Amino acid sequence: MTRRISYGTILLYLVLTVLVVVYLLPAYMALVTALKLPDEITLPRAWELPTAMNWGSFSEALALLKPNLVNSVILTICATALSTVLGSLNGYVFSKWKFKGSEVIFTLFLFGMFIPYQVILIPLFQTLRAMHLYGGLPGLILAHVVYGLPITSLIFRNFYAQIPTALIESARLDGAGFFSIYTRIVFPLSIPGFVVTSLWQFTQIWNEFLWGICLTRHSENPITVGLAQLAGGQAVSWNLPMAGSILAAIPVLCIYIFLGRYFIRGLLAGSVKE
Amino acid sequence: MREVSRDRMKAVIALLPSVILIGVFVYGFIGNTVWISLTDWRGGAALSENPVKNFVGFENYVELFTGFLDGRFRQDLVNAVYYSILLLAGAVGIGMFIAILLDRKPRGEDFLRTVFLYPMSLSFIVTGTIWRWLLAPQGGVNILPTYLGGEPLHFQWLSSMKTVLVFDWQNLFPIILYAAAFVFIVLGLGKLRRDPGRAFKRYLVPGVVLGAVVWLFGDLLPRALFMEETHGFNLATLGIILATIWQYSGYTMALYLAGFNGISQDLMDAARLDGASDFDYYVHVAIPMLKPITISAVIILSHISLKMFDLIFAMTGPDNAATGHPALNMYLTTFRANDFAKGAAIAIVLFLVAGTFIIPYLVASYRQRRNAR
Repeated sequence: MTRRISYGTILLYLVLTVLVVVYLLPAYMALVTALKLPDEITLPRAWELPTAMNWGSFSEALALLKPNLVNSVILTICATALSTVLGSLNGYVFSKWKFKGSEVIFTLFLFGMFIPYQVILIPLFQTLRAMHLYGGLPGLILAHVVYGLPITSLIFRNFYAQIPTALIESARLDGAGFFSIYTRIVFPLSIPGFVVTSLWQFTQIWNEFLWGICLTRHSENPITVGLAQLAGGQAVSWNLPMAGSILAAIPVLCIYIFLGRYFIRGLLAGSVKE
Repeated sequence: MREVSRDRMKAVIALLPSVILIGVFVYGFIGNTVWISLTDWRGGAALSENPVKNFVGFENYVELFTGFLDGRFRQDLVNAVYYSILLLAGAVGIGMFIAILLDRKPRGEDFLRTVFLYPMSLSFIVTGTIWRWLLAPQGGVNILPTYLGGEPLHFQWLSSMKTVLVFDWQNLFPIILYAAAFVFIVLGLGKLRRDPGRAFKRYLVPGVVLGAVVWLFGDLLPRALFMEETHGFNLATLGIILATIWQYSGYTMALYLAGFNGISQDLMDAARLDGASDFDYYVHVAIPMLKPITISAVIILSHISLKMFDLIFAMTGPDNAATGHPALNMYLTTFRANDFAKGAAIAIVLFLVAGTFIIPYLVASYRQRRNAR
């Protein structure tokens, strides 16, 4: 198909260019501000390029946020791994071992995905305190695993729906049971499902703020809480919060840029049902 | 056959831990929050190990909606309505617009998609931090026009005190009833073409009657407050709405783009043969076909607008009442003021609002799944 240049095409590219600029402006602003020296940052000249590259903001922000970064890495890896494995098992049952009432249970699961988390926050806080898990990472991991179950079960259920039931039937005729079908057939086929689900969970948990601020002590705060504190202080000059924002965004941005296909699939799986 | 039933048992057992966890952490906790919202903890008692709780019924709710001290909550509620409406309109509208542009298969489509979607991967705290700097009064967005030779803007993005579309909270009951009448009439008009009889009987006539009755006899309704209290759309919230739309329009774009790609080329060709322009194709064929996508986008975005806590926290800080949101107020009431009972009541209000559109959505999707089998 050859394309002739028409007014329509020119307009299309013009509008797209404007939109691209608008969408990239915040990233540009964050980067140039982070690279400037503190005295160079003034409101009227905020958009201008830095006269000299000052990478110092990044090392300074890193030094301040390092404990938070470590917490977030531990939290995100543990919670992602646990919720993904459990979700895979649930998805396997919900799609291949339907029983009477399993659809109702599945719907009740999904409900957990849509509640505003404020509605469970107070009992969660009290329960974790009663279990002596309040304030530390284990409690936060537990919360992320439990409230991650709806979405991980949903993504795996939809993923396993693509595996032909005939495959399961024939394995069953060959004498394979519930767990051996899972470990020998379903699990090996579900690597892409695991990639999609863990990317989704990683992004969600890394970006989460409400539980981070309500359920952890200062020393155990995840990166989002650390960044909010860094940016909330009035005395700090703007290069530090901007460098901190970039540091907090880099892990998820890398995932998004390099594994974008899976990221988008997770995004769609999280909203479009079947 | 016995093997199979044993396997079924194993399946149920494998699911059991998750069922128990969801049962306790979702349903048990919601029940617990309902209970807490019906009690009174006498202020600071929340932090003691065994606080004394008194059952007070709906007192906390009555306080929130009509009490003298809770004007902030009512402003938050009004803000939440405006946040939701503008976020939905903005993110769905712009997302759909960009998806249509990208559906024309411009060169570099992959790159473009990446650019429009990257804000979605960021945390609200990151977005909020960056946008707060972008919306600084004498810098950022306000001085952008000067680069094109224009005058700088003087808009106070996050601190403006101006409000528009103001109404008096005293008239809460007539306002709610007018809104209900409006919803009925809109629903009726939507169904008019397909089923005029039912549209009139079920929606249009009740809607018009309700509106007329309130208009004629509205003075007889009780007043929510004993004095005037005005709330409106606060211009300071515009910046927050802008940042949210920037973050989520790419998401709706991805949804619609997937939908457009799913429509077969034949259909587009057929529409072309019938003489439909591109505009006609999208308005009369593609967008109506993607109604399920629009519905899920609306559900997800409403859910996001109801829990908008992080972004406001990062952009205007927790103490700017003008830009408040019930989700933020819940955090402040519970964890700053230690009033767990009232915090729980705010949470339940949020939950009820969320439930009104999520429960029908879940029930409908459950029916669909059951019938598909």
